[in-house]
Amino acid sequence: MALRNEASAMATLAVLRHRTLADREDLLGRLMLAPAMAYVLLLVGAPLVLAVLLSFSSATAGNLSFSWIGLRNFATIVADPQFHSALSNTVVFTLVSQALVIVLATAAAFVLDAAFVGRRLVRFLILLPWAAPVSLAAMAWTWIFDSTFSVINWTLKVAGFLHGWFYWFGDPGLAKIAIVTVHVWRTFPFATVVVLAGMASIPRDISEAAVIDGAGFWRKLFQVDLPLLLPIVTVAVLFGVVFTSTDLGIVYLLTRGGPYNSTHVLASLAFQRGILGADLGQGAAIALFLLPVLIVVAVAMLRVARRTEVGT
Amino acid sequence: MAYVEIRNLQKYFGEVRAVDGVNLAVEEGELIVLLGPSGCGKTTLMRMIAGLEQPTAGEIYIAGQRVDEDVPPRARGIAMVFQSYALYPHKTAYDNIAFPLEALRRARSFIRDAVQKAAGMFGIGHLLGRRPRQLSGGERQRVALARAVVRSPRVFLFDEPLSNLDAKLRAVARFELKQFQRQLGTTTIYVTHDQVEAMGLGDRIAVMDRGKVRQVGSPQQVYESPADTFVATFLGSPPMNLVEWSGDTILGFRPENFLPKAVFGPDDGVVSFRLRVREVEHLGASRLVYGMLEERARTDQPVIADLPVTIRAPIAEGEVYDFAVARRALRRFDARTGLSQPDGAA
Repeated sequence: MALRNEASAMATLAVLRHRTLADREDLLGRLMLAPAMAYVLLLVGAPLVLAVLLSFSSATAGNLSFSWIGLRNFATIVADPQFHSALSNTVVFTLVSQALVIVLATAAAFVLDAAFVGRRLVRFLILLPWAAPVSLAAMAWTWIFDSTFSVINWTLKVAGFLHGWFYWFGDPGLAKIAIVTVHVWRTFPFATVVVLAGMASIPRDISEAAVIDGAGFWRKLFQVDLPLLLPIVTVAVLFGVVFTSTDLGIVYLLTRGGPYNSTHVLASLAFQRGILGADLGQGAAIALFLLPVLIVVAVAMLRVARRTEVGT
Repeated sequence: MAYVEIRNLQKYFGEVRAVDGVNLAVEEGELIVLLGPSGCGKTTLMRMIAGLEQPTAGEIYIAGQRVDEDVPPRARGIAMVFQSYALYPHKTAYDNIAFPLEALRRARSFIRDAVQKAAGMFGIGHLLGRRPRQLSGGERQRVALARAVVRSPRVFLFDEPLSNLDAKLRAVARFELKQFQRQLGTTTIYVTHDQVEAMGLGDRIAVMDRGKVRQVGSPQQVYESPADTFVATFLGSPPMNLVEWSGDTILGFRPENFLPKAVFGPDDGVVSFRLRVREVEHLGASRLVYGMLEERARTDQPVIADLPVTIRAPIAEGEVYDFAVARRALRRFDARTGLSQPDGAA
């Protein structure tokens, strides 16, 4: 009897000893990473290299010829006032919208952190703008800012605050305000969720210690809660900067860069010149100006990630 | 009126009665320990005194002032030390200790002096520039204590502050804590589940179970004269032996009082038992003898005897011996309610 048990035990061990693919960790890791690597290389890396090459060429969207012209594209755009305006718009839209998003998202996160009836529903509704496709959102906002049917104008007029009329997309200043509004509307949900997650990670003890130590609402907010939230708010801001500065859809769908090309950002100007205007070289050169900003952001995000990993 | 008075305090979480009608009077300057197993309500009780939870019913008075209704924690004159110390990780030790005074908007020079004094009391003056993550567990605890002391509160609340320290450090810290409390003379309420800590620290101990206070008394009182079977078995390691005796009485005697009959003199008033030994554990300073009573009581009741190593009588597993308990060390409990009965001869 003992002999039979031992023999079957040995047989089981022999079967288990056979190595499957799942056991070969080094190979398995590479295999699972391969699709992601292929995606990055083919759909991100290759176009990036192509864009850099194109920016030094006089290629057009019409033919496939490629002739080297050095830095002439860059010289052209640096002298172009529309390029300056697009660059400044990119910076201003990003900074203003993200500043508003931080304040609004942190406030919303504090409100949502407290338990109240209907909290789940409110959280769901707050996330909806993020989930809505850009084109759908843009159509809705186009209607909201419409010169004839704008519901904002109508509300303000009825409330007695508006005596003239806002031609949102006809006036450069108003158009910029409209674009920033839509950017805030789109990125605010994501930032709120991120900050909410950060608040859950503040230990309850520390919050209570601040209450017992006598800190009032504002002191607790600025001296305890916000400093502890800073790492996660940084992450939300970095994401927001990337999404806003590279955004083509909102500007293009709302204003097409108008009126008078005053609301172009780098992404939309590059599209207009490069694809619609068929000057691929110039378009690539314009788009490449985003690269330094994004490299800084990427490095910053990697450092934040490394710090949370190491646990300082 | 006592310094901290709790009257019929109740806290319900839905159906669960976390604190179920607690009455407690804490004298000024005393260190009272709330002792009990996890879930007994001791921490909830302390949090209500602190103002972190609102009671469902009942009253809390601190220094004669009623505080349970809408007096916020900062106006109650209390300071709390949490189990995790709850130091602000982004602030230096100095800023941690100074925080309560900054909240009171005291002058910077006043704050500086107070922080230095508090730090000096705990010997951490040289650590004030460090952040919590650069401090050891013991050092963090001292920073938490300094932060509690700096505001000269009326009542200290300690929520198991020693449980995060390693065992060796814990005994030293316990001694120092008691010295410091004696020195300051501040009324202190201390929560713990560790009965050794409770016995060593407390002027009085309030033993709690399932939301109710079972007994309040000095360590000696709760140990030697437990009010019911819960207190009898919670305090003491190994716990008090409880054997069913004559129908509706439970007899209780502590292992250290359960000794070989030969140890007692002929004139000592003792009650004898026959003990069949199952196992003997040699623990260095004492021997634990596990066995069953072969007796007019039910013979399947396990008992433990704790013999100091100075008693040399040989005890072998499997044998039956004559053991005895001094009459005055016997306790009797009602079998139905578990409450202790007045002492009497068995």
